Amino acid sequence: MAIVDNVQKISDTVWELPASYKEGMRVPARIIATEKLVREMDEAVYQQISNVATLPGIARYALCMPDGHSGYGFPIGGVAAMDVHEGGVISPGGIGFDINCGMRLITTNLTLEDVQPHLKEIVDRLFQRVPAGVGTHGFLKLSHNEFRELVEQGARWCVERDLGWQEDLEFTEENGCISGADSSKISERAVERGYNQVGTLGSGNHYLEVQVARPEDVRDKDLAEKFGITVPNQIVVMFHCGSRGFGHQVATDYLQKFLKVMEPKYGIKILDRELACAPFDSPEGRDYFAAMKCGLNMSFANRQVILHRIREVFSEVFGRRAEELGMRTVYDVSHNTAKLERHVVDGREKTLLVHRKGSTRAFGPAHDELPARYRDTGQPVIIGGSMETGSYLLAGVPSGAAAFYSTAHGSGRTMSRTKARKLFPGRDLERRLLAHGIYVRATSYAGLAEEAGGAYKDIDAVVEATARAGLSRPVARFTPIGNVKG
Amino acid sequence: MPYEFVDDGVTSDVTFHAWAEGLEQLFVAAADATLNVMVRALDSVRAVETRTASLEADALDLLLRRFLDELIYRKDVEELLLRATRVAVDAAHPRLDAVLAGERIDPERHELLADVKAVTFHDLRVERTATGWDAHVTLDV
Repeated sequence: MAIVDNVQKISDTVWELPASYKEGMRVPARIIATEKLVREMDEAVYQQISNVATLPGIARYALCMPDGHSGYGFPIGGVAAMDVHEGGVISPGGIGFDINCGMRLITTNLTLEDVQPHLKEIVDRLFQRVPAGVGTHGFLKLSHNEFRELVEQGARWCVERDLGWQEDLEFTEENGCISGADSSKISERAVERGYNQVGTLGSGNHYLEVQVARPEDVRDKDLAEKFGITVPNQIVVMFHCGSRGFGHQVATDYLQKFLKVMEPKYGIKILDRELACAPFDSPEGRDYFAAMKCGLNMSFANRQVILHRIREVFSEVFGRRAEELGMRTVYDVSHNTAKLERHVVDGREKTLLVHRKGSTRAFGPAHDELPARYRDTGQPVIIGGSMETGSYLLAGVPSGAAAFYSTAHGSGRTMSRTKARKLFPGRDLERRLLAHGIYVRATSYAGLAEEAGGAYKDIDAVVEATARAGLSRPVARFTPIGNVKG
Repeated sequence: MPYEFVDDGVTSDVTFHAWAEGLEQLFVAAADATLNVMVRALDSVRAVETRTASLEADALDLLLRRFLDELIYRKDVEELLLRATRVAVDAAHPRLDAVLAGERIDPERHELLADVKAVTFHDLRVERTATGWDAHVTLDV
């Protein structure tokens, strides 16, 4: 794949499309990646990230992370920070339909040796207790009103009902409940789609994995210990999911609203209808922000309930309480979100609405939004790879300031789902995974094929690129041994 | 099968192209393409339950998006997999009346693929051609 004309190499890991690249660009667009990864990106990424650079109020650069690939509107891996005091906009397409799609990582004090004899039982039970796949419902039975409470209170709602521990909240972004979520701003249609999906994984690239931290894969022993990775071949559990049908409907509702008012009322012209937006400081913008926060909270709650089920399963299998098994939350962090944050631009501190679509926030050490335990380490960043390859725990670094403290979110697709299905028959993949010591339960084999490792970028190369670009530093790499695929 | 999945579309999601002589058949084909992202064999979905939908929108492409959105909504809310058996489209004042038929998701009989999260507005097109109508749709999965 070619690097398009006009791309300027700023450094080994920064590639810039100048503001003159396309009419209407307000700032340059920058792709942060190694040359090899930039060459692998599809050309639509350049078009999409330069489209993002035309949005009102965008500060400094439109950014694309090393795992970037084409999406709808924004590329996946897109980061855009809008100056809310300079007409900056909020755009649902800069967050994604799956509001607060994100990752949670759990430690255990078990080793590979402890878990291996019980692996099949663990994965089979997880597969039953954490419903996955097309249109599934969860075990938590809520009324519409209870669900409206839940989306305003997030994971706190769950912990108050014994679906988790107090410390889970401390180690969840925003303590599991972002303030300002207003359920009067969400439609009944959104409630109907979501009220019985709490505690479900979803499908596509969503998964729940039992993983092992092999001693040779612990890249920074000191940081790993501070994050709770302390023994050789320690077992961890990682999962990836979002706000399910609820979040998808919130985004759909507001995209439709924004498309109606954007040009007639606010005179904003866009290059792709998925970039529909409204000024942050407008009735429509404020309403979406309050509704989107309900999506953030739904997702924190969803991952909290899933964690509760995981603890139940391990407790049953090992006959010990989850506390005794050391099943602590390392961190829970979103990679589809927009948040108000303070950042320094041209020497001045500003309040920016940072959109991250397929990008993880990665605050460096000493940031005041980090829990006390991580003030010295920087924020834990959880990067999910494909089920065949492995996943990572990283940490935020001070140099991340140049990218609004953002980094990659996963390995990034390089191949369409239909092509992956043709190339990697699901049953073959299942056998291959088993031969590599990975036991998988999937709702469908064709769906499994769509997530084959070969359909994704090289996760090691992505993580290496984030380190070389000064976005985050690697702490540990995890190898999957059991997988529940949505 | 008057639709195809486009390999060079959006990498992370699913893009399809549907075509038909008339608008009604185009909407039926687009509904089938959407269902086919979630279920491998369309003929595994039996017409057990029916639903109706009356929808309107500001433009024809937005009407198609709204129509497909209805199928996603029914899938989440009622766990129903639906095909369109009849669609009457008024292109001049974009609106439609549709009859949908299908059944509840049964993992034993339906080989399920990926859940469709949303129907995006990205490069969404409904166009008149020399021989009929074309639609281009990207689904978020």
